[in-house]
Amino acid sequence: MNYLRRNWIGILAILVSTIVFLVPFAFIVLTALKDKRQSSLREFSLPNGFHLWDNLVEVIQTRNYMVLTAFVNSAILTVASVTLLVIFAAMVGFVLQRKPSAWTGLVNFLVLAGLIIPPAVVPTIWVLQGLGLFKTLHGLIFIEVAYGLSFCVLLFKAFVATIPRELDEATIIDGASPLRLFFEIVLPLLRPVVITVILVQSVAIFNDFTNPLYYLPGTKNVTVQLTLYNFQSQYNTSYNLLFTNILLITIPPLIVFLFFNRQIVAGMTAGAVKG
Amino acid sequence: MSDATHAAPRPKRRTTSAYPSWFYLPAAIIYAVLFLFPTVASLFFSLTRWTLFDATFIGFDNFVQFFREPFLVKGLVNTLIYAVLTSGLKVVLGFLLGVLLTSRIIARGYLRSVLFFPVLVSTVGVGITFTVMMHPTTGVINETLGLFGIKGPGWLTDPNLALFSVALVDVWKGVGLATVIYIAGIVSIPQEYYEASLIDGASAWDNFWNITLPLAKPATVTVIILSLIGGLRSFDLIWAMTKGGPGFTSDVIASVIYKQYQAGFYGLSTAGNVVLFVMVAIIIIPLSGFLNRQGDGQ
Repeated sequence: MNYLRRNWIGILAILVSTIVFLVPFAFIVLTALKDKRQSSLREFSLPNGFHLWDNLVEVIQTRNYMVLTAFVNSAILTVASVTLLVIFAAMVGFVLQRKPSAWTGLVNFLVLAGLIIPPAVVPTIWVLQGLGLFKTLHGLIFIEVAYGLSFCVLLFKAFVATIPRELDEATIIDGASPLRLFFEIVLPLLRPVVITVILVQSVAIFNDFTNPLYYLPGTKNVTVQLTLYNFQSQYNTSYNLLFTNILLITIPPLIVFLFFNRQIVAGMTAGAVKG
Repeated sequence: MSDATHAAPRPKRRTTSAYPSWFYLPAAIIYAVLFLFPTVASLFFSLTRWTLFDATFIGFDNFVQFFREPFLVKGLVNTLIYAVLTSGLKVVLGFLLGVLLTSRIIARGYLRSVLFFPVLVSTVGVGITFTVMMHPTTGVINETLGLFGIKGPGWLTDPNLALFSVALVDVWKGVGLATVIYIAGIVSIPQEYYEASLIDGASAWDNFWNITLPLAKPATVTVIILSLIGGLRSFDLIWAMTKGGPGFTSDVIASVIYKQYQAGFYGLSTAGNVVLFVMVAIIIIPLSGFLNRQGDGQ
């Protein structure tokens, strides 16, 4: 009783957060376990049997293994754009922090502009078409890089400041080229922020719905978020399949969450203290 | 360390070449071609009737239409309501939760995790889940309310409510981020302030108002700016839940842009983009200037 009185806020918080935040996820899992008839009731109830495997097989086979194609596409998209983002943004962040020049002001301005300005959709499609990149996966990869650069440059720039400048000078005096200095000395030292950028951007790009919707339409190159959207109408009555699909695409973020929670929180709160 | 060397006169020309300007190049090309150029081009194309192949200059007709057609004006107003509501709620809830989760309560780790996980989950997945749970008659939410004898509203079917329901789901998904930002801000407040106020005999309430709230201001600024930018641009959640409906009562600018694009009105769609851009700029730039300047004064 004493324990209850002392910790009532905590207990209340646990109760409320469980209802508000865990019930929706429990609903996803429960519905994914049900068969078609039971899931159509939209109830929060225990399934009358274990149907997850059947649902999984059916979801995967739908429309010629579309989900598998989508997972491959999303994996390529995420890995490729995050790799480019890390390298290109680190290069900019490095030079931007180290060498004040006529460009510095302009670059800083463009970085902020990239954070604030909403991308102009149709003109971008027009440009992509002109370059032959519209409806291609590599086109979308470049788009994700362009839109993610600002955030990453800011993170890298802040972190480069903590690496002593003497290190660069010593390396250059030893006769290394700037490229070697960057890839063999600086980039390895940026490891913590590289991990942060990889995590934050991977989650963002994997979950991205708007950009594939605009720049990668059509069923051939579908990404995982779009399968969900496409199946929404197709599975109008088969909630079990729809929620199995939701469960499937929640697994990658869940893995990131379980193993890298600390790093990703650090990345997303960077700059909060300084303002 | 680096500051000291920075102040020292630069030794030789050769040292500066450690930082070649062409390092900007790969990023600059992608950014310029796929972001900057389309943004500048949008200013022109918003003044045209456009088929992607040829553009006829029609002056400000698209913008006139934007401020005259009721369903487009509705989109503008909804965007503002949505952005202000979601960011306001995220600030208030995020701050309270941040204070709660930095205090000495049980199961802190569990609470932080539970709160933060939705941030990482697919927006479309969340949208679909809540759409099913918010079904007016057989949805989980209204059935639960029914157990207590409350007749739940048509969350997404009532034209007056749809936008607010989506905004609530947005807050559900995003409050975890606001909370961890506040936690980072509150943790960085030096403990000495609290020790001093303890000696002065201040209550917990005094601490909350006079120490935590003012000194967590950088976090507040970050949360406001981030969630306003996000809220003004918001598209995927609204599209996954209501597609702007019923009718066009929950349309926002971003969904109008998509609808006009689908309908083939590329000029009008681009004008929508420019309107959104201007709206974000006239809200965010003065606001962040104001908030940051205030911070310096203290």
